[in-house]
Amino acid sequence: MRAAGGPDVSVGDVLLSVEDVSLSFGGVRAVSGVSFDIRKGEIRAIIGPNGAGKTSMLNVINGFYHPQKGRITFKGETRSRMRPHDAAYGGIARTFQNVALFRGMTALDNIMAGRTLKMHANFFWQLLRYGPALREEVEHRKRVEEIIDFLKIQEIRRVPVGRLPYGLQKRVELGRALAMEPELLLLDEPMAGMNLEEKEDMSRFVLDVNDHYGTTIALIEHDMGVVMDLSDRVVVLDHGIKIADGTPDEVKRNQAVIDAYLGVAH
Amino acid sequence: MAPNAAAGADTFPKLLIRNAHLYGARPAMRHKDLGIWQTWTWREVHEVVRAYAVGLHNLGVKRGETIAIVGGNRPKLYWSVMAAQVLGAIPVPVYADAVADELAFVLAHADVRFAAVEDQEQVDKIQSVMNRVPKLEMMFYDEKRGLRDYDHSKLRAMDDVIADGRKALADPAVAAWLDKEIESAKGSDPSIILYTSGTTGTSKGVVLTGEGSINAASDTVAFDKLTETDVALAYLPLAWVGDHYLNYAQGLVSGFCTACPESPDTAMADLREIGPSFYFAPPRTLELLLTRVMIRMEDAGLMKRKLFHYFIDVARRHGEHILNGEHVPLSGRLLYAIGNVLVYGPLKNVLGFSRVRVAYTAGEAVGPDLFSFYRSIGLNLKQLYGQTEAFLYLTAQPDGEIYSDTVGPACPNVDIRISENGEVQFKSPGMFSCYFKDAAKTAEVMTPDGYVKTGDAGFFDEKTGHLKIIDRTKDVGKLNDGTMFPPKYIENKLKFYPNIREAVALGDKHDFVTVMLNIDLTAVGSWAERNNVVYGSYQELAGHPLVYDILEKHVAEVNRSLAADKVMAGAQVKRFLILHKELDPDDGEITRTLKVRRGFIADRYAPLINALYDGSNEADISTEVTFEDGRKGTISARVKIRGMKTEPIPAMGKAA
Repeated sequence: MRAAGGPDVSVGDVLLSVEDVSLSFGGVRAVSGVSFDIRKGEIRAIIGPNGAGKTSMLNVINGFYHPQKGRITFKGETRSRMRPHDAAYGGIARTFQNVALFRGMTALDNIMAGRTLKMHANFFWQLLRYGPALREEVEHRKRVEEIIDFLKIQEIRRVPVGRLPYGLQKRVELGRALAMEPELLLLDEPMAGMNLEEKEDMSRFVLDVNDHYGTTIALIEHDMGVVMDLSDRVVVLDHGIKIADGTPDEVKRNQAVIDAYLGVAH
Repeated sequence: MAPNAAAGADTFPKLLIRNAHLYGARPAMRHKDLGIWQTWTWREVHEVVRAYAVGLHNLGVKRGETIAIVGGNRPKLYWSVMAAQVLGAIPVPVYADAVADELAFVLAHADVRFAAVEDQEQVDKIQSVMNRVPKLEMMFYDEKRGLRDYDHSKLRAMDDVIADGRKALADPAVAAWLDKEIESAKGSDPSIILYTSGTTGTSKGVVLTGEGSINAASDTVAFDKLTETDVALAYLPLAWVGDHYLNYAQGLVSGFCTACPESPDTAMADLREIGPSFYFAPPRTLELLLTRVMIRMEDAGLMKRKLFHYFIDVARRHGEHILNGEHVPLSGRLLYAIGNVLVYGPLKNVLGFSRVRVAYTAGEAVGPDLFSFYRSIGLNLKQLYGQTEAFLYLTAQPDGEIYSDTVGPACPNVDIRISENGEVQFKSPGMFSCYFKDAAKTAEVMTPDGYVKTGDAGFFDEKTGHLKIIDRTKDVGKLNDGTMFPPKYIENKLKFYPNIREAVALGDKHDFVTVMLNIDLTAVGSWAERNNVVYGSYQELAGHPLVYDILEKHVAEVNRSLAADKVMAGAQVKRFLILHKELDPDDGEITRTLKVRRGFIADRYAPLINALYDGSNEADISTEVTFEDGRKGTISARVKIRGMKTEPIPAMGKAA
């Protein structure tokens, strides 16, 4: 519904821009010559039919893939390649299409793992669980508890993640990404495989994260209803090429998008 | 503590002041927040509530007005109740999980101008029915999340209201004014309006006075010797009379500490952490706990399983006698002591019952086996009987006089009589003053000489002098041959089996008794897993022939036990079916307090009921269901029906 009015006032400068990025695996062109930007505080959706290059694009943004061509500018810093941990230090967090959690660890420990980059006490203090390591742990635990409260998962705090239903695992994964206090949060199909109620819950959490923490969000999603409701702007990819970019309403009316989704009569 | 410590204080705000003086440094309330238990002493609660009251006053809350309280068991909502009462306004708690329609009814009927709500969910819900509650001016919310961008012309954070009040209260003139407000309040003024759950139609607003409530609570606090050192966990709906009585009223009268769970889903874990000394659970919760324990034991190793069943058997033989202080042979005591170390102690610890001194159950008849299971492992579980109109208590079992089929003698100062048609009628200190804005209904339940009709059929047991409740007066029916048919009695027998979650018995004005059953998905699902039974949905599992076989065995056992009782032998179950969906309060089939609404079910499942009596082997049914977000859908199914062999009726029974 956010897109109904004009530009959202809370949306600011460009946080990340992708310029003319191309990526191919051998002979397969996953992404070719794509440019778009993500502005501070917005919810930006990347959509497209299967094999359009959405996940590849996300992997390029967080440095997992290195594009053969093109530039990525994040917070004013331009680079052609970035390693995943640089992205993490720089403030980019993500969730995965297939949940990637430590299945044997509790929900609490999984989210604590998201704080790893923020921990500074050295190995020996941590081994002793004493002094600075203990103080730090208490501080981090507090932040994690806030996230647990935020995502309403108090009742599964001590439950090993492997025993949780899928919808809750997704929520824990979101929690772990939030624990990094990212500036840019990449969500790869956060609603995939969820039932209607879980989707609604997750949508609310995405909006709340954006609203409460002011986090910029880029998400890939198949559910058109969800995309149109949540996002401020949408970029549409098809066969690795950008075919549209704009507000949900603009995109919905775009003939190229309609053709890509429904097929064209030959 | 003196038994009648509340004497002199005839309103809850006056009690709050007394507690701040008497137990100032003792904990009044706990709440788990961000994983850590936060504590407020009586002095702190007193301070917050005063500030809150002034804040509310400045926003226009006036004496005699109503203010809705919508949400779960959270300190700020309890303080909203207190703050309203400080101003002489009347709090009207509403069930947090009520759908928008029910909420609109109560809010409109109670004429609320203000509402204190928990979070965004409740704000959204109320805003969606705003056109039906024209008098509502402003909402106060506890949880800020998601509400930042809302239009705040009609919305305030409770924290801000409290902060504003605190600032205003710095002025001694305001403080003096507030003292006078509290002082001038009369005990006979309405203290709260509790809406009944609506087992019998739309809900009615029961008006209770401060003085009556406090007198009733003082009697039971003395009866169970509750003191400021006790602890209770408030996990049952805020809008239910039980929570208001057991936690709010008894807490203020005795000064004990009320702990609020972190969230409704964590109540079981929180129970274990808090270790309450006073505990209340409806029979359904106790049933659920037992089912869960039994299922987990099925999955345990052979050694543990053997150990568990052996010592549970020991407890069955000796536990209750030991608890009642009766004679038990030394060998029995020794075995029980070993069992206590190995099984009962750890089990109670897991359930959070380690420190429970007094536990009550009420609301529905409790299965005798269920009841004695908990007593046998050493939980001092007792029964009470009452209703909203009486401010909960009418009877309660004293320690040492516990029988599973009675609800105990009348409480101190409660006068109970049985009318000619077998209905229980009472006069009690906590008796309600009227139904809000409904003089006709009030007159309907009052007898000319001032007794209240409960609508329950019952009698005093000759041996023990305790009251026995059979069923709702209007539910006790007769088969066509004149045999008595108390549906609940039969249903309760069925529901004791972990595989059966809900049962609806039919038979009034029919030739024989039939039942419709709901399977318990946890129990039957676990059985299916162990036996490689594949199913894709609740509906499929419920219709599985093997599941029918299991339930048929249960029904047969119930028939055997019915046959053993002369009066009941004619009411054996002849045919049964398993419903394709769970009975759900969202569909109006059971109340929010999980009582079956018979009339409604009779209409809704008419095709199935016809099939039960016309001899067909299956029937088609299509029902509308309401999802949690209020949308509607349809479920259709073909439900199978099974016939039962009945036990021979003893010759004497037929003659009677």
